[in-house]
Amino acid sequence: MTRGLVGVVAAGGVLGSLGRYAVGLALPHASGQWPWGTFLVNVTGSLAMGLLMAWVLTRIDPHPWLRPFLGVGVLGGWTTFSSFALDVHALSGSGRSGLALGYMLASFVVGLVAVAIGLALGQRAFGDRPRPAL
Amino acid sequence: MAAGAAVGAPLRFLVDRWARARYDAGSIIGTLVVNVVGSFVLGIAAGWSSAPSWVLPLAGIGFCGALTTFSTLAFETWVFLERREWRPFAANLALSLGLGLPAVWLGWALGTAL
Repeated sequence: MTRGLVGVVAAGGVLGSLGRYAVGLALPHASGQWPWGTFLVNVTGSLAMGLLMAWVLTRIDPHPWLRPFLGVGVLGGWTTFSSFALDVHALSGSGRSGLALGYMLASFVVGLVAVAIGLALGQRAFGDRPRPAL
Repeated sequence: MAAGAAVGAPLRFLVDRWARARYDAGSIIGTLVVNVVGSFVLGIAAGWSSAPSWVLPLAGIGFCGALTTFSTLAFETWVFLERREWRPFAANLALSLGLGLPAVWLGWALGTAL
C-alpha cells in the first residue's frame, strides 16, 4: 500500500506545484517588491486546507489516500514555506526590512484567518467536525 | 520542475510519517523539519549564481516547493490557537521562523560561495 500511496502523493505534489509555478509566472515580482505570487498561493492554500480538514474530519470512512493526496500532495505542492523564507531574506537583503517584516506578519495573520474561514465554511457545508486532530 | 516536485512531495510524506511514529508532537516536528531543510536547500539553489539553468526549477521551485508547506503549518498553528494552547502556538511560530529564516540565509551564503 505504501508504494501506491507514495505515488499518489507525488502526483498530487506535481499538480499543486505546477499550479504554483503558473501563478509565479503570472505574478512576477521585482526585487524589493511584495511577493504577490507566493502570498497568494499560501493564503489560498491555507483556506483550502481549512475546507479540506472540515470535510475529511466529518467523513465516516475516508479513503486512506484522500488526505495524503490532497493535503500533503496538492496543497503541499501549491503552498511553500521555502519561497516564503527566501522572499523574507531577499526583501531584508535589499534594504526593505519593514516590508520583509510586514510580509512575514501578513503571511501568518492572513494565512491563519484563511484556515479559520475555510474551517467555518466547511463546517457549514459538511456539518460539525470533531475536535481537529493534528 | 515537475520532476523535483515528484520527489519533494513523497519525501515530505515519509518525513511526516517518520516523525509521527517517533514523537508525540510528530506532525509539528515533521512539518518543521521539511520546512527548515527545504529553506536551506532553496537558499543554496537561489544563491548559486553560476548554477546550470535547470538547478533552480528542479531543486528550488520543484523539490523545495513540494517538500515545504505553508498550508499545513498554518493549519497546525491555527489548531493551537483555537484550543488556546498558547505555548505550543508560540513555540511553533518561533521555531518555524527562528530556524527557517536562518536556514535560508545560511543556504544562500553557502550557495554564493559555490
